[in-house]
Amino acid sequence: MKEPKKIKLEEHIVEFVCDAGEGAQKAAVSFAKVSAKMGNSLWTVEIIPSEIQPPPHTMGSTSGNRIRLSSKPVTNGGNLTNVVVAFNEMNLLSRIKGKMLANDVVVIIDNKWANDSDETIRKQYREILDDLKTKGANIYEVPIEEKTMTLIDNPQRGKNMVALGMLGYLYTRDMDILADEIRSIFKKKSKEIQDNNVALLTLGYELAKETIDFQYVIESTPFKVPMVAMNGNEAVALGAVAAGFEHCSMYPITPATSATHALSEYFGRMGGIVHQAEDEIAAIGVALGSYYAGRPTLTITSGPGMALKTEFLGLTVMTETPLVVVDVQRGGPSTGLPTKIEQGDLLSSLFSTPGDAPKVIMAPTDIEECYHVMITARKIAEEFRMLVIVLTDANLATGTQLYPRPKLSTESFPLPIDTSPIPPGTKPYDWDEETGLSRRIIPGQPGGMCRTTSLNHSPEGKVNHDPDMNQKAHRMRSRKLMTLQKSLKKPDVYGDKEGDLLVVSWGSIKGPIDEAVDNLRKEGKKVGSVSLQFLSPFPPGLKEIFSKYKKVMVVELNYSDDWDDPMVNEDTRRYSQLSMLLRSHTLVDVDCFSRVYGRPLMPMEIYDALSKKLAQKSK
Amino acid sequence: METLQLEEYIEEQCEIKNYTLEDYEGDVPRWCKGCGDFGILSSVQKMFRDEQVAPESVVAVSGIGCSSRFPHYLNTYGFHGIHGRAMTIATGVKLGRPDLKVLVTMGDGDCFSIGGGHWLHGMRYNTDMTVLVFDNEIYALTKNQVSPTTHCGTSTNTTPHGSVLKEMNVLSVMLGITNVSFLAQTASWTPGHLDKTIRAAWHHKGTAFVRILQKCPIFSPQAFGQDGKVKAPFTFLRDENGIPVDKVFEKMAPIIDHNCKDLEAAKKIAMMEETSSPLGLLYYNPSIPVYNEELHATADKITPEEKVARLNEELDKYTI
Ligand SMILES: Cc1ncc(C[n+]2csc(CCOP(=O)(O)OP(=O)(O)O)c2C)c(N)n1
Ligand code: SF4
Repeated sequence: MKEPKKIKLEEHIVEFVCDAGEGAQKAAVSFAKVSAKMGNSLWTVEIIPSEIQPPPHTMGSTSGNRIRLSSKPVTNGGNLTNVVVAFNEMNLLSRIKGKMLANDVVVIIDNKWANDSDETIRKQYREILDDLKTKGANIYEVPIEEKTMTLIDNPQRGKNMVALGMLGYLYTRDMDILADEIRSIFKKKSKEIQDNNVALLTLGYELAKETIDFQYVIESTPFKVPMVAMNGNEAVALGAVAAGFEHCSMYPITPATSATHALSEYFGRMGGIVHQAEDEIAAIGVALGSYYAGRPTLTITSGPGMALKTEFLGLTVMTETPLVVVDVQRGGPSTGLPTKIEQGDLLSSLFSTPGDAPKVIMAPTDIEECYHVMITARKIAEEFRMLVIVLTDANLATGTQLYPRPKLSTESFPLPIDTSPIPPGTKPYDWDEETGLSRRIIPGQPGGMCRTTSLNHSPEGKVNHDPDMNQKAHRMRSRKLMTLQKSLKKPDVYGDKEGDLLVVSWGSIKGPIDEAVDNLRKEGKKVGSVSLQFLSPFPPGLKEIFSKYKKVMVVELNYSDDWDDPMVNEDTRRYSQLSMLLRSHTLVDVDCFSRVYGRPLMPMEIYDALSKKLAQKSK
Repeated sequence: METLQLEEYIEEQCEIKNYTLEDYEGDVPRWCKGCGDFGILSSVQKMFRDEQVAPESVVAVSGIGCSSRFPHYLNTYGFHGIHGRAMTIATGVKLGRPDLKVLVTMGDGDCFSIGGGHWLHGMRYNTDMTVLVFDNEIYALTKNQVSPTTHCGTSTNTTPHGSVLKEMNVLSVMLGITNVSFLAQTASWTPGHLDKTIRAAWHHKGTAFVRILQKCPIFSPQAFGQDGKVKAPFTFLRDENGIPVDKVFEKMAPIIDHNCKDLEAAKKIAMMEETSSPLGLLYYNPSIPVYNEELHATADKITPEEKVARLNEELDKYTI
């Protein structure tokens, strides 16, 4: 047989989709793991069916993974899909409808439906494939199930391994590593089962070799440091344990819940507890009570849960109790898009409480930061006696990224709970005029008995209605934000440090923005980008950074009106959330480009938006 | 052995730590003259003195309402929270610090209305804490609105022509909650009974719930007998395991024998329309699992170094 042609690539995006329960996710995760072991960077996204038990052979039952492989570090899911392996045409259709596939996509699909007894299926199978072909797709119809049945009776329990073998061939994966990986998945099963699965893998490899006359080669360099692969919710949970959190009080809500599942696992072994409260109000109430009593505690939720927590957010600020709240953002308003990404909770996190409630808001940009942010958040919460809200999102929650294995030490843990006596006369809110900071007294400390109240209070912690005292207490709580702000460093600018356009963002959209900036700079455009890890307080120097560019634009995932909408004008236009804040903060005419597609923006979409902005005559 | 400060050493040797009532006095109470809350406060303070409770070992948690000012007047740690949510904060304190004693004070609106969910679930958790509800059958702090326990037909600011809903039978509600372990009722103007009930509640391990019928002479003088006169519209429950009934009360009100460990009997008493408010220990079950103990039993107790080691094992699983 002729040697297959080798096609060298810097990166590629491959999807493996099937009906729920057919094992695409398991196979795809193995594929990703082996690719990582061989030295590829990656970003994987789970494709999750919308229901628990959807009817098979429908778009809604599509389950699987989307994997971006690269020879260079990746920070996001990238552009359109290059290769898709599908077990039936409806799985494929769901990806076409989601506009996720490149025109020249390579499709590998089980051909059994071409001759299905049901005429409708035969017809739709043909139509979908023909349609794709006319758009430029390269389609391989392969007898996946038929071949699987030469080895086992129930193809449902093995065709994922055959497909995995095919991917192994297509991407020139080391089949020994892949076989080892399969054996380790089935390590609790018998040797016979392991052998059978490896045989299926080999079968798939040979099948692909017979059918496809080329192979992709994505250059890989084994990593110099040990790497970990996990999703953002697992990173938040591990980061929380590493930060020294010992309690989590929560109420289940997608897409935050899996972080608390992970915490429940870890805490059992590591001396912590998870309390599932009766609702989100109770969840934060318990967390607040626990932290007030000295135990580092967090609560994890998503938008609707944040809405319920607002009165407690205010109480946390008023009582200057440390607390960390993680909001894994999803599409809103109301129940919105429960499993999908949006960056819609920035303004509500800042302003949902009645009155002025200064708080810290942080946003990790990738999965590695999801881990590390938890350590910083706890330290700030305790040192400043402040509420820290960490805004992650559904994309981070379910995406998997490789990052250097964190180094652990007891240094990231808090000191044991202080039970030392309190000197007579110590006040619970002995505000330092310059910093607003005061020493926290913890229940149980002899001599420190004092009241903590939701009402305005004096430094002694006593209810106080005096106008000057109310003004002062507000000033002191606000002052803490100023103190923190002074300790932050000016944010780094990516790309050109001055030029025609600066893109400003926060959270997980940083990755695709930076890629778009790279591509524009390759064309000689003078563009830079800056991502804000702190949204409250803003880091110093923003106005100065903005002044170095002709245009400044925010790109984020929440709703704003488009300038080219004929109904929109200066008076009516509603801006996106971060741009609104930055406009008032800097008095710079910050524009915005934002979408609520329920998925991350692709680098190419951002590239288009930035190009348009650059070409615009006026600011 | 822990090293003690000199003063502590002397104190310990001479046992001079002798708490007096003053040690439990916080700010001067600002309730109205004749308010039933005063009696409850002094009853708690007396109990602390008698039991020689270390003030720093107690956290008093409340919501919002006249009754919720309680922690300010008690010189322990105190958390005056937000309306309806005291049970959640208290649960957090106990879960976070099982070594602290937790006392919750709420009003009837606070507990049975806005805090309804937390009330039911708090009882079901059976976290170790003492819960006192000051039930004046009215919203007092917000000036005279109907409460879930206001008697049907009562004229209030929101029901000027008489309230239309029948009052909530909170005792029978609680007897229907899985895990209820201690449920008592007493009144702010039956001092001996109040003291004994609060003391029994304090010693209970689990959620000890005490509904205290409380006089608000300003907004609900009609609720429990006329004009503050001790006209007792209640029945005492007598039981050797329950709250002892003083001789003086025997002449004042009917007494019925009740076995507080008998849930069905308790339910019957709670449901009896013709009997006026039963005072005493309605239900008692010391063998219900205590939430904070159960939950903490699920977690291994380890040193920070061991935690790092286990975290590393966890990271191994994610390592490529
Ligand atoms: C969220 C919220 N809603 C309403 C109020 C207003 N409010 C304060 S106390 C109270 C009710 C007080 O009645 P109760 O709980 O029976 O306590 P009492 O004053 O009678 O002791 C209300 C409605 C509030 N503080 N917070
Ligand atoms: S209004 Fe009623 S409950 Fe409130 S302090 Fe006055 S008497 Fe007590």
